Amino acid sequence: MTRMASAVGATLFAMMCASVPAGAQDGAPPTSPAAPLAAKPATAIGPEQTFLIGVVRQIPEPPPWIAPLQMPPDNLGIAGAELGIRDNLTSGRFLKLDYKLSSEIVPTDGDPLPAVEKLIEAGNRFILLDVPPGALLKIADTYKDRDIVFINVGAPDDRLRQQDCRANVFHIAPSRSMLTDALAQFLVTKRWQNWFLMVGRTDNDKLYAEAARRSAKKFGAKIVAEKTWDYGPDARATAQSEVPRGTQVGEYDMLIVADELGEFGDILPYNTWLPRPIAGTQGLMALSWHPTMENWGASQLQSRFFKQSKRMMQPLDFQMWQGAFAIGSASLKTRNSDPGKVKAQMLSADYDLPVFKGVAATFRPWDQQLRQPILLTHATNTVTLSPQAGFLHQSSPLDTLGFDRPESLCKLK
Amino acid sequence: MKRQILLSTSMATLAGLMLVDALPAAASPRAFITNERDHTMSVVDMETLKVIDTIKTGRRPRGIIASPDGKLIYVCASDDNRVEVYDAATLKLVKTLRSGPDPELFVLHPSGNPLYIANEDDNMVTVVNVENNELIAEIPVGVEPEGMGISPDGKYMVNTSETTNMAHVVDTANNEIIENILVDSRPRIAEFSKDGKQLWVSAEVGGTVAVIDPSNWQIIKKIAFKIPGVADDAIQPVGVRITKDGSKAFVALGPANRVAVVDAKTFEVEDYLLVGQRVWQLGFTPDEKFLLSTNGNSNDISVIDVANQKVTKSLTVGRAPWGVVVVP
Repeated sequence: MTRMASAVGATLFAMMCASVPAGAQDGAPPTSPAAPLAAKPATAIGPEQTFLIGVVRQIPEPPPWIAPLQMPPDNLGIAGAELGIRDNLTSGRFLKLDYKLSSEIVPTDGDPLPAVEKLIEAGNRFILLDVPPGALLKIADTYKDRDIVFINVGAPDDRLRQQDCRANVFHIAPSRSMLTDALAQFLVTKRWQNWFLMVGRTDNDKLYAEAARRSAKKFGAKIVAEKTWDYGPDARATAQSEVPRGTQVGEYDMLIVADELGEFGDILPYNTWLPRPIAGTQGLMALSWHPTMENWGASQLQSRFFKQSKRMMQPLDFQMWQGAFAIGSASLKTRNSDPGKVKAQMLSADYDLPVFKGVAATFRPWDQQLRQPILLTHATNTVTLSPQAGFLHQSSPLDTLGFDRPESLCKLK
Repeated sequence: MKRQILLSTSMATLAGLMLVDALPAAASPRAFITNERDHTMSVVDMETLKVIDTIKTGRRPRGIIASPDGKLIYVCASDDNRVEVYDAATLKLVKTLRSGPDPELFVLHPSGNPLYIANEDDNMVTVVNVENNELIAEIPVGVEPEGMGISPDGKYMVNTSETTNMAHVVDTANNEIIENILVDSRPRIAEFSKDGKQLWVSAEVGGTVAVIDPSNWQIIKKIAFKIPGVADDAIQPVGVRITKDGSKAFVALGPANRVAVVDAKTFEVEDYLLVGQRVWQLGFTPDEKFLLSTNGNSNDISVIDVANQKVTKSLTVGRAPWGVVVVP
């Protein structure tokens, strides 16, 4: 999520309004020495159904600087949706189900609503959204009387799952509180429970910090010091002198950093006054996905993605793959592209989404958020997945992450 | 007592073989276990229940089966994209076969040829002639093909695709798919009963086993599991083995660390046997007295006394034991 998903270079502006005919991709049976025998689809199963899936991605504000290793690919996210369509096609052809993807890229200062309108006019009834929360609400409200399923694959804002939830929006992106709860469970398990919170200058950083404070309270960690980062947008050159001074706050176990844009989090490690590890948006990061994830069949998804896109799968790629795959999985049961039927299936008791994290992901009926394990990873290794063992719950351990039913302010309408 | 007598009979048989082949005798049944993270195969003497050898294999060995006569051991070396064939008596690598990319599980035609291989990375089943290593067919299936079963008469091969959540039934006469059966999430194993009247398909994330009637390919029963004190989502059925007489089935339940004993007539779950951690695959001894389970996270195998439904021993093997086969 945080850094990798939100930091995007200006190169993407060129890539507007890319329409991807998913069926025409080269993911079908590969060539081989002997001509492969064609498999006949199973005996006729009702009329052919086509699922038109749209994606709207608004390019987020670029950070003041981007480390070479973090340079976002041009097709960030969209490539994941393409793989989702490809996987859906591989499964759906046995049931005469077809899937098509159309994507719209909106510049940072643009309005995503006309892009959504264009996709809906073209017949798309399932729309994946990676747009800011305000725009998402405007889109959801504009189409609240239409039979359209929106899936939020980008915005982590808790308010979209709480007071500002909408009945026509599912959330696949983990909320900030899910991410910070995942981190808090692990740190409390390790007994690293005294936190020094360093908060960036943006509104999103303040929201991340708020989620971290809530998680600390929920799981019994303590915020022993708190500071706002005020060393300017690019402190790389002076980090070695400024960060030690700025981190003299007495004793603490962990430095928790709230820097979603990626302005300073990566210059904190090894520059702090005390030798302390760093977690949050940098250091040990709570994420939906990471290229180092390989258990529970994850390496198969990573390798499919790499084969398709010739790069590693980032969190936003994974979330868009999940969005397309969530519709595909429901479609195998409904065998009908009616959005109402698909939505009902996504919320039904026998719906579960295998997302390569060891347990099935499902949607919470009270706010339509996908409950799923969260990775805690540093740059080169997935350390663990939360929920951690021992955090019990009366119905699902996954509901120890984020806002549980009794805490929900969401009234779906 | 009785067992001693049986043993001496088999020793006599094997002694005869030894004269013919001039190979070291395999004194008693042997179990072969692939160790996914060690890139090795452990060989266990089933009489003494001791590891008698550890063989270096290709990288990431997973699926393992034996030829119908028990003389050859086939191993999927997943990261080396090949099938390795070992002599069960001398433990030497005899040959390697093409496999297609990332082979995970496979099944031999009851006649011993051809070999059907699931290519997990490529949405295909590769069919290979084991005699001359020729490619017979590539069958496009769903996403992440894994489980491989074949009907006892050899007419139908069944592949499960983990992300498509289907069991694909292939007519082995022309290698074409004739039926696709939607099952629960992440189907891992397809296993026919010996009389061919039932097909069992385990669904790891769905937490169920579907029993399918091969006369019409309809699901006749979905078996669910409930273990006091174990979270439902830790119950992840993977390996399935059915006794030859069709009376009992054993289902490995992954991170639930248990093997379920199921009455294969009524489909009632009779018992849950505690084994090692993340139990994955199962294998009977040829006489079905014992069932072995591979426990991937505790690096051991459990020995289950089939008649008494009791775990009698556990045995350390390599790192992340994956598959198991036992030959006479």
